[in-house]
Amino acid sequence: MSRPLIVPAAFFLAAALVMAQTPPKRLGIGLPATQEQIAALDIDVRPDGTGLPSGSGSAREGAGIYAQKCAACHGAAGEGGTADPLVGAEPSEAPPFGPDYERWRNGRPDVPFTIGNYWPYATTVFDYVRRAMPASAPGSLTADETYALTAWLLARNGIIADTDALNAETLPRVRMPARARFVRDNRKGGTEVK
Amino acid sequence: MRKTRPAGHRDGLTRRALLRTTLGAAALGVMPDATQAQEPSPDTTKRWGRLPNALGARSPAENPRRTLNPPTSSRTPLQDLHGTLTPSDLHYERHHSGLAVVDPRAYRLLVHGMVDRPLTFTLDDIKRFPAATRTCFLECSGNFFGTREETTPQDVCGLTSQTEWTGVMLSTIFTEVGAHAGATWFLAEGQDAAVMTRSIPIKEVLGDAMLAYAQNGEALRPEQGYPVRLLLPGIEGNACVKWLRRIELSDQPFMTREETSKYTDPLADGTARQFSLVMDARSVITSPAYPQAIEKGFVEIRGIAWSGRGVVRRVEISTDGGRTWKAATLQQPVLPKAHTRFRYAWQWDGRPTEIVSRAVDETGYVQPEMSALRSARGRRTRYHLNPVTGWTIAADGRVRFAVERVRV
Repeated sequence: MSRPLIVPAAFFLAAALVMAQTPPKRLGIGLPATQEQIAALDIDVRPDGTGLPSGSGSAREGAGIYAQKCAACHGAAGEGGTADPLVGAEPSEAPPFGPDYERWRNGRPDVPFTIGNYWPYATTVFDYVRRAMPASAPGSLTADETYALTAWLLARNGIIADTDALNAETLPRVRMPARARFVRDNRKGGTEVK
Repeated sequence: MRKTRPAGHRDGLTRRALLRTTLGAAALGVMPDATQAQEPSPDTTKRWGRLPNALGARSPAENPRRTLNPPTSSRTPLQDLHGTLTPSDLHYERHHSGLAVVDPRAYRLLVHGMVDRPLTFTLDDIKRFPAATRTCFLECSGNFFGTREETTPQDVCGLTSQTEWTGVMLSTIFTEVGAHAGATWFLAEGQDAAVMTRSIPIKEVLGDAMLAYAQNGEALRPEQGYPVRLLLPGIEGNACVKWLRRIELSDQPFMTREETSKYTDPLADGTARQFSLVMDARSVITSPAYPQAIEKGFVEIRGIAWSGRGVVRRVEISTDGGRTWKAATLQQPVLPKAHTRFRYAWQWDGRPTEIVSRAVDETGYVQPEMSALRSARGRRTRYHLNPVTGWTIAADGRVRFAVERVRV
């Protein structure tokens, strides 16, 4: 007589025990982030321009800033020094790797990888300079200074004109020479060496 | 303060009495105290040693050191280590703008972007989540050097180390913030002076990605990202962002400097491989190696092998310069994405030769020769070089790095 009652009771008891041991999906840890907190840290700039601040700058304005804040490490013309070379579009017909380059090189010394011949996105220049440069005072440049330096670097690499003003609208439209060269990783393990 | 002891209870040497005795003896110079350094003695049985102390130290006779490549990196002394774990103070370093010294009380992690609830977490918050522990290697993808015979294992590939990490699974954090189904990438950002950023594809890593706050049982070392770093087992060290301050979920990569102009692989066909995250299988003989000299007779060849794609299936050893190969013994347990210790019993007959190792992982991938890597990728690729390496043995027993094997 009591059997039909015991079975469901045991089932619910077992279910309750299981539930008690499984933590809820959300644990209620952490505090809501405010828009101000997010804005204070969210400095990244994406290829489509998302994240670019207001402001503007051209290569003409950037030349003096570069000479003052960058040239000591990267060379007066961006040719490199204690830090990476930044300027050098050579060879103009191909980035410094691959069969075209090997034909072009033909015994010449290797050309360095630079913004002009290897960086696929102009927005990356702005993002990186703003967050990490100059090495002596990272994160100290204003938006205008960063636009101007980006413009100077792109102009010296022959990608834009000295008078072109970079801002949140124009910078994402800059097409970098090496852009189409970048492909996703195709290594998967297995027997083939890639 | 001093209690009078009941009479008749002086049979046992109480702790306080012992302390009084030893301190008195120490004061008299009869016995050492807890801090006193002791010279090795020809007979250690005739004098008490130093007492327990609050923080241990290595034997003064052992002096393993990282080698420095200023201003960016230091390398683990692989040839000085046994087993598979890297002592925390010998873990390799690779910093892009020096290390950040973070106040753990002020530490906050922000998680935002394509989430239902953008949240900030304190260090205590992160430690409150269900924890997980994982032993795996961490390796810089720029971990190859070999242009001189006078090259140690530390020089060849000392930018790999192994740790038992503890932290919270990233998937737990993603549940807490309500990650959107459409989020396919996240940005990891550090709070060093490089404000280091990398975009990580979520599907590829979420199974074992962690936010690590402990290293070999204790808090992370500052140089490993104290108080919290991203840990992506099997994936290049640069993506395992240290001093983690922000995670932003997105439906596209952010194309940061470290995933475009750096950490990409220019290939022979004129394309550049991007987001080449997984570390392929590799091995290195750590003994015998330069600058050792061996004697005729028994030599145990020892080393480590690892793969970012899973477990090491086998390690093959050649003692005749790569003509014939035999299987080494793997120390169990073999963990996935982890340094695996291998050993091979060898009798050296005194004739000059070259000893070589190569790893095979669970996907069937065989650690390639440098010539195969170069023909697949071209001359100018700089990262993910994992060539087969070896050591030449001269007639006098001197061991040198086999430069010819990796010459391009």
